[in-house]
Formats: sequence, structure tokens, C-alpha cells
Amino acid sequence: MSEQTLTIDDHDHHDHGPAKGLLRWVFTTNHKDIGTLYLIFSLTMFFIGGIMAMVIRAELFQPGLQLVDPNFFNQMTTMHGLVMVFGAVMPGFVGLANWQIPLMVGAPDMALPRMNNWSFWILPFAFSMLIATFFMDGGAPNFGWTFYAPLSTTYAPPSVTFFIFAVHMMGISSIMGAMNIIVTLFNMRAPGMGLMQMPMFAWSWLITAFLLVAVMPVLAAVVTMMLMDIHFATSFFSAAGGGDPVLFQHIFWFFGHPEVYIMILPAFGVVSQIIPTFARKKLFGYHSMVYATIAIALLSMIVWAHHMFTVGMPIAGQLFFMFSTMLIAVPTGVKVFNWVATMFKGSMTFETPMLFAIGFVILFTVGGFSGIMLAIAPIDFQYQDTYFVVAHFHYVLVPGAVFGIVAGVYYWLPKWTGKMYDESLGKLHFWLSFIGLNVTFFPMHFVGLAGMPRRIPDYALQFADFNMMASLGAFLFGASQLIFVYLIIKTVRSGKVAESSPWEGAEGLEWTLPSPLPYHTFTTPPVFENK
Amino acid sequence: MVLVLFMFAFGFMLVPLYDVICEVTGLNGKTAGQYEGQLSTDSDEQSRQVTMQFVVNKNANLPWDFAPKQKQMTFLTGEKMQTTFGVTNTYNHAVVAQAVPSVAPAEAAEYLHKIECFCFEQQPLEPGEHKDMPLIFFVDPELPKEITKLTLSYTLFDVTNSATPTSDPHKVKKVGN
Repeated sequence: MSEQTLTIDDHDHHDHGPAKGLLRWVFTTNHKDIGTLYLIFSLTMFFIGGIMAMVIRAELFQPGLQLVDPNFFNQMTTMHGLVMVFGAVMPGFVGLANWQIPLMVGAPDMALPRMNNWSFWILPFAFSMLIATFFMDGGAPNFGWTFYAPLSTTYAPPSVTFFIFAVHMMGISSIMGAMNIIVTLFNMRAPGMGLMQMPMFAWSWLITAFLLVAVMPVLAAVVTMMLMDIHFATSFFSAAGGGDPVLFQHIFWFFGHPEVYIMILPAFGVVSQIIPTFARKKLFGYHSMVYATIAIALLSMIVWAHHMFTVGMPIAGQLFFMFSTMLIAVPTGVKVFNWVATMFKGSMTFETPMLFAIGFVILFTVGGFSGIMLAIAPIDFQYQDTYFVVAHFHYVLVPGAVFGIVAGVYYWLPKWTGKMYDESLGKLHFWLSFIGLNVTFFPMHFVGLAGMPRRIPDYALQFADFNMMASLGAFLFGASQLIFVYLIIKTVRSGKVAESSPWEGAEGLEWTLPSPLPYHTFTTPPVFENK
Repeated sequence: MVLVLFMFAFGFMLVPLYDVICEVTGLNGKTAGQYEGQLSTDSDEQSRQVTMQFVVNKNANLPWDFAPKQKQMTFLTGEKMQTTFGVTNTYNHAVVAQAVPSVAPAEAAEYLHKIECFCFEQQPLEPGEHKDMPLIFFVDPELPKEITKLTLSYTLFDVTNSATPTSDPHKVKKVGN
């Protein structure tokens, strides 16, 4: 099965191939298995978070309170955010990382395979605990995914303690995963592959991993402070005891802003792999892409208070955060221009991964435009906590992060499974998703500008038409994702056999291996020519 | 791994770090603790007239009768001033209150020196009890020339459940801001 010259056999039970039975998945230390586990977990959480979104949009379909009571609605908005951010997007990118990083750098596996296993298996336990809060007295967390104190301390339901523990666990999983990626990329690249010869997906994950290691502990700190305020009579966030609710916001967003970049940088990496392949042209400006990504990551650590323009910050603070936020648009623009320049005079075909990648470039940029508008502090006074913000972040997250993951799955699925997916169904999935998400989120810009607040189960009558539109778009988008699930299952079971390099313009070590990939690859390092 | 542990500690360090930065820059309108120095008159700056307005905020959890005796005072910088705030416990059970001050404009906060303030200690009140709580202060003559009017605002919080003995020096220092 392995096409390498010599395979040193150091496995007890099997020469080739995985263990048998379900316990294989519990004990596996193989990066391919763990990647699959992460991806299936991410897809499951995507649907769970998606159902919550459907409840939200169903309630907001018309003015009035028809379906759920306000407290349950708040639980829906809170949990939708938490599940999507921590359960769908982040594990999705970690799944792609696990599959691709060792293959792309010619490594046999991740540097710390057992820690890799544990990083994954923490997650189902963390999320079982989080979802179980729906069934606890007082209900699930209802204070928004940003869980500001004192709403999340003094006024929280009892389940907040389980929420805090779930966050601790997810954080540990992310930190260990990030450490694994850093060590793998620094130490296990094939001979001849310097850092500046790594594929962009590897670079984007290296930078993301550093961000994770830097800011996840701050999230752990802030939820620990919450825990202490709730149970141990401290007053970190209580003015009565000498603390400050605004302190919570500062510490949270110090984590929170880099977090959103953690959710998008890997998507940049995926797109940087896909566009050169389907334009049959090398990525424009590899070095500037690397430096721009580093610049984005560094800048992301000094802009956090742009989420807090309305708390009563002194003018000096408002100016600093406004200018630094606007500055991030520069390296981001460099990346967008480079993707476009890669396509310019390229020889383009529009298979499904490319459709998602181009959709990403255009719609993420649209999200970036609303981001720049939000960065202007005096104008943000109008936009803060309105649907304009909701529109902004859904544009950068849905056609941004989610399209990035989906594009990666379509792109690499033939490699992983050895089977081609049905191209017509893939294109259908793309177009329905594209139409659905735009119908859902574009009107949110308008109602936000017109003054509709966030996180409300009912709204003033003038917002009704756009809300109905958004809900219809959401139902279409949600239903279209079922095509994706069907497609994956159909491919695995009965797809046409794929060659080792099914995409004509694809470059990179992973395409030199057969499809489907053997269970163990690169057990001896490959020869890598410097390009 | 070291970075992870450091950043976790950094999250906690942010708490005192914010206090230090607020104190050093005078941002956030936080006043300093009890003024320990002399009422110094050997500043180079001439004394000039300033106006101080007093405002109270009643936290929704503590809708007591709380009002300043004087809404506004006009005086010279460097001059020692005194006023009181009246508070009545309108509940039918004993309550302990904590007042937290704030100064506007924020740049003026570091120039307001409180010699004696009811905000330094927790204030227990029996049901129906009324107290006139004193405030003794002066404004430093070094106050920037552009500032001619200050506003001192107090918010009352209910700390009955977490009340500690007021002789606890840590408590006095921490809440005396």
C-alpha cells in the first residue's frame, strides 16, 4: 500500500491500516483519523448551531412573540454563538490542519500524537456539558456569547458554572492543539523545506497557533475571575466591591478580538492553496502574503477596544483603537489584492472549491467594508449593538470562515477518500448557499442602520419586511447544508475513483501521494526541491 | 508552554494593571484614596476660582433617599472645603451601603484630594435611619487652567451580603477609590 521505498515497521498489531472496530476512533493517534473526528464533530456542531439559528429566524420571521419566550430566545442567541464559534468553526479548521499539515510538510504525523488525541476527545465532553445546560434548572446560558459581567455573574442562571467549565475545557483543547501545530511546523518539515517554502496553509496555521497560545489563556483567566466572583465573593467585576464591569469587557475582548482572527486566518490559508490551483498560476506575492498575515496577527492584539467604543472611553483611547483598527485593513487588503492578482491572466476553471474560494474573496471583502465602517468610532456610536454589527460578523464568518472550511473539504476530499464528489451537487450546494446567505445577511445591514437592536426577540414594525426576507434566506441556507452532508456520504460510499492529483494545477507534497491516502504516509521524509 | 502560563497570569495581571494605568494617566475619573499629605500652600500656582457640582446616582438595587446638601459650591483651589450628603434607609431592614465616587472631567480626578469621605468606609444603616455623611476635600492648585468646573458623582451600592468589618485596612484601601 505504501509507495515509499522502506517502511520501518514499529507497530505492534498492524503493518498497514488502522485498528478494527469502534475503539479505533477512541484511541487513535493518527493525524488522519483525528482530522476526520474533528471534521465530523465540527459538522455536527454546525447543524446544532444551525438549528438554533433556525429557531431565532423563525421567531424573527414576523414581529410579535410567537414561538418562544424571551428567555429561551436569549439562550438560543447565546448558544448559537458559542456552538458556532467554539464547536463548528474552530474545530473545523483544526480538522483541516490535522489532515493537511503533516502531508504538506512531509511529516509522518503531528509532533505529539497522543496529545492530539486528547485535544480532540476533550471537545465532545465539553460540548455535552454545554448543551446539557439546556436541561438544567434556570436553562442554558442566556447572556450572549460575549457573556459580559455582571449579567453573566450576578444575574446568570445556575448553569453558568457549567458554561465556565466547558470554556475551560475547550480552551485547553485549543491550546494543546496549537502547541502541537507549532512544534510540528518548526521541527518536522522535510529536509529542504525552509519556513519560506512552506505552503500558505501551513503558514496561516503557524501564525494562528501562536495567536491561540497567546490569547486562549486570557479567556481562561476571565472565566476564572467570573467563577470567583460568582462563588468566592470576589469583586473583579462588581463596582460595589471596588471592581469594574468594564474591566470584564477589556479582558474579554483582549482575547475576543484575536479570537476572530484565529477564526479567519486558516481560511486565508485554504484560499491561498485553492486559487493558484484553479487559476493554474502561482500565488502572487508569497512573501508579502506571509508578512501580511503576520502583520494582521500582531495588529489584532492591539485593537480590542473597538468593541467598546460606547463604554465611556476617554478620547485618547477612542482615537488609538480607531486608528489601529483601520490599519488592519491594509495588510488584509494586500492579501485580497494578491488573490485577485493570482487570478489575473490565469487559466481559470470553476470547480466547486474554486467557487467557494472566489465567493470567499468577494463576500469576505464585503464584510471587511462593514468592518471599516464600524471602526470609525463616532459612527460606531450609531452602529453599536445593532443588526449592522450582526451583518458584519456574519459576512466575515459565514462566507468567510465557513466557506473556507467547506472549500477545503471539497478540495481535499478526493485526496482523503480516493473518490471524487459529484460536481453538479457541489455546485448546487455552492449556489444555494451563496444565494441563501446573501438573502439572510445583506438586509441586516439595512435594519441595523435603521436602528434595529441586536439580541431582541421582537422588533418594531418598520423592520418587519427585511426580517422576513432574512428569515427566508436563512431557511434556504440551512436546508442547502443538507446537500453537503448528503454529498459527503455519497462520495465516501459510491464516488468515482479519484487520481492522486485530481486538480490539474495543484502543487504541493500532498498531491504526490496516492488517493486515498495510506494510513501512514511519509514514514521516510520525502525529497523536497526548493522552488 | 511557558507562554501559555504567562498569558494566563497576564489575564489576572490585567486587573491591577488597569488600576495602575488609570491612576497614572488619570483616566476613568477614579480619584485617589484618602489624602495623606499636608494642605500645602507652597505651590507656585496662584489660587483661582473653581466650581464643583455634586451629583448622586441611585443604583436600581438601592433606591434610598440620597442627596447632597449643596448641589454646587464655588471656591478657590487650595481652599479646604466641607459638605455633607444626606442618606436615609427607606427599607424596613438594616442595610450596608458602599458609595463609589467618580469625577468629571476625567483629567481633573487626580487633582481632587479627599481628606475625609464617607466613600472610604461602608455605611451601615438601620431601617429608617438617616445620616448626614461628611466630605472634606480641596482641589489642588495644579489643576489645569482649562478646567473651571468639576462634577463629583457618587453611586450607592448595596453591600449588605458581602460586608466586612470596616476596620479591615485592605477593604478601606480597595474601595476608597
